[in-house]
Amino acid sequence: MKKLMTGDEGVARGAYEAGVAFAAAYPGTPSTEILENIALYKEIKAEWSPNEKVAVESAIGASLAGARSLTAMKMVGVNVAADPLLSYAYAGVNGGFVLISADDPGMHSSQNEQDNRNYAKFAKIPMLEPSDSQEAKDMVKTAFDISETYDTPVMLRMTTRVCHSKSLVEEGSVLEQQKKPYSKNLQKNDLVPAVSKQLRIKMEERLTKLKQYTEETPLNFEVWNSNKIGVITAGVSYQYAQEVFGENASYLKIGMAYPLPIEKIRRFAEKVETLYIIEELDPFMEEQIRAAGINKGIGKAKVPLIDELNPDILAKVLLGQENELIDYDKNIVVNRPPTLCAGCPHRGFFYALAKCKDIVISGDIGCYGLGGSAPLHAKDTCICMGAAPSIGHGMQKVFTKFDEKKRVVAVLGDSTFFHTGMNSLLTTVYNNSNTITCILDNRITGMTGHQENPGTGFTLQGDPTGIIDIAEVVKSFGIKNSRTVNPLKLNEVKDALDWAMGCEEPVVIITRWPCILKRLSKEDVEEFGSKKSVCEVDPELCIGCKKCLQTGCPALQYQKDSKKVIIDQNQCNGCEVCNQVCPKKAIKRVGE
Amino acid sequence: MTEVKNILLVGVGGQGTILVSKILASGLIAAGYDVKMSEVHGMAQRGGSVSTQVRFGKKVYSPIIGKGEADVLVSFEQMEALRWLSFLRPAGSVVVNDYQIPSAPILMGEVDYPEGILEVLREKADTIAIKAAKIATDLGNAKAMNIVLFGALVKAMKLNDIAWETHIAEIVKPKTLAVNLKAFAAGMDI
Repeated sequence: MKKLMTGDEGVARGAYEAGVAFAAAYPGTPSTEILENIALYKEIKAEWSPNEKVAVESAIGASLAGARSLTAMKMVGVNVAADPLLSYAYAGVNGGFVLISADDPGMHSSQNEQDNRNYAKFAKIPMLEPSDSQEAKDMVKTAFDISETYDTPVMLRMTTRVCHSKSLVEEGSVLEQQKKPYSKNLQKNDLVPAVSKQLRIKMEERLTKLKQYTEETPLNFEVWNSNKIGVITAGVSYQYAQEVFGENASYLKIGMAYPLPIEKIRRFAEKVETLYIIEELDPFMEEQIRAAGINKGIGKAKVPLIDELNPDILAKVLLGQENELIDYDKNIVVNRPPTLCAGCPHRGFFYALAKCKDIVISGDIGCYGLGGSAPLHAKDTCICMGAAPSIGHGMQKVFTKFDEKKRVVAVLGDSTFFHTGMNSLLTTVYNNSNTITCILDNRITGMTGHQENPGTGFTLQGDPTGIIDIAEVVKSFGIKNSRTVNPLKLNEVKDALDWAMGCEEPVVIITRWPCILKRLSKEDVEEFGSKKSVCEVDPELCIGCKKCLQTGCPALQYQKDSKKVIIDQNQCNGCEVCNQVCPKKAIKRVGE
Repeated sequence: MTEVKNILLVGVGGQGTILVSKILASGLIAAGYDVKMSEVHGMAQRGGSVSTQVRFGKKVYSPIIGKGEADVLVSFEQMEALRWLSFLRPAGSVVVNDYQIPSAPILMGEVDYPEGILEVLREKADTIAIKAAKIATDLGNAKAMNIVLFGALVKAMKLNDIAWETHIAEIVKPKTLAVNLKAFAAGMDI
């Protein structure tokens, strides 16, 4: 019987069916659930890596040793991992190697909208593009066959709507895991210039063979209905196109998007009267089609290259059709921005930080990015993961050089610190910076939904492992000024920040308290306790000054009628940040 | 394509929209429909506005719908119904929970929770407003309000032929089954 699966679950099932023995990833929306689901197959060795580069390298190692290996990441993660990926493309594989890139058109949870199909062309490796969960599963298996047949890494490019949409999947037979023999082969696996020069030639030969394969593979198929309209499309856009044109158009559905089946495209283009090239984001296919001298077809001249597509957009831009909509005044709807949870340990830290004068805050990727929103406003910049200390370092150097009285505070999380923040912090020591780096250790990878990391004491598959102590890491870097504080104690945070502002050398503050949503481990309970309680406002004492609301806690609500604040007992976790802010001591912790 | 039905479930992160969509999909698949579902994970979960789309029919292509295409808009919260109303077909219907969750600007006293939402909804579309929170609380578990709404959705979509109780039993936690079955019946009764 068919099962309803997300595309991510489809990839995981495909990996299992393909006999994958090793998989590694760093979590990132919309890719996270791929490894979480692979991890459920105990036959596969599945790991969280500290970052995407390490994940790709670990998977390369597994491939070199002779096993089928898979690595998965969100699109910006491929930037981090581009070095090993582009070079392993020279070596080719032993056991099959597949990299899943989960792109995020529309930037639902990402800092940019890059189109990672460009990586396949850049790295000169084949790329497959599924349009639903069934294809996601099936294409993983095909990708491994291509990888081993053509001696190349293969990329499978997904997008948010393929990763997180559910559709029916027919499960297939499971291949037994097979390990190829390992033999030392420097002419293939040791990328020194003399070797790479030889491999560079082989790479072009491989691409020539792949250009032949892509013309013949059923991954690229025609659905013939009419010669009036022809649509060349790939990925989820294929679904949108069918929704819009149905049986009024013929389709050339591209499943192998690099190398493109140019001759197949040429023949299809000649057979139809009107041709559309429908792809999300960049004109990746269109530019190659034009470069091949096929000048027919409407692509980015009408189809937007910004934001994700949907059937409505296509119907509007290609057919001029628009749905009738209900007309009403949307202005009365109030925004509902995401917020730090009630009881979030980041809140106390940001509240205290926001009070500091003459500071610039260099932020990072994670829940703590929400500290930049109203009412905390504790962020100046955020560019990419692990960058807070190094971007902060560069800023500080310039402020200091030009005698601008500003102190840079870098803020990042525990998982982010392990990701690439550690390298960033090194430069502050090495290059004699005096930035203040704050590592918000909430004992878990929060934003992506609670993945283990090197600081939590458990692996992806639940095995206990050593806990990397951030304070010890910082000390080992030669940072003399470091303090660990409880972020729920505002005075403790304030004292630490005042002390840090007085230091002339690089300084680190570690805030250590578990994410309020974390399922506490035995060690967590020993260290932090597990008392449940809530706070209450004494209406006799509350003067309605709204100071507590400046913490931005969603459990607090100002009542216009009574001019007092109440606390939602269902949401409150008794963190007591609000009662430390209250000038009248009107808030008390109760129910212990 | 006209035989494909579109259901849009909206609410606030943590209200249980995804659980309802799972039960819905499970029943629809058992009834022999092709089903596609789409939701967005990640940042929006932190108290933000959330939506899940369920599409079913003989053959479904796109996992997502655009504006003006939902046959039913099920909103777990008043203001969210208005936020997403443009996704409803003008002839579609709204099932709305008569329940308010203030968002950050409202909590902070910057703006008031908008008044008269139910009136606007009733004026613009075929609207059923349900005090699901009260019904679920009276049944003994406020959290079952999502299943009350689910019952109302089943009725609105005329999907009574499916053995929903079985699918609810498969998906909810065993200790909440009894209250959820009562919640479902209450929703169907409205």
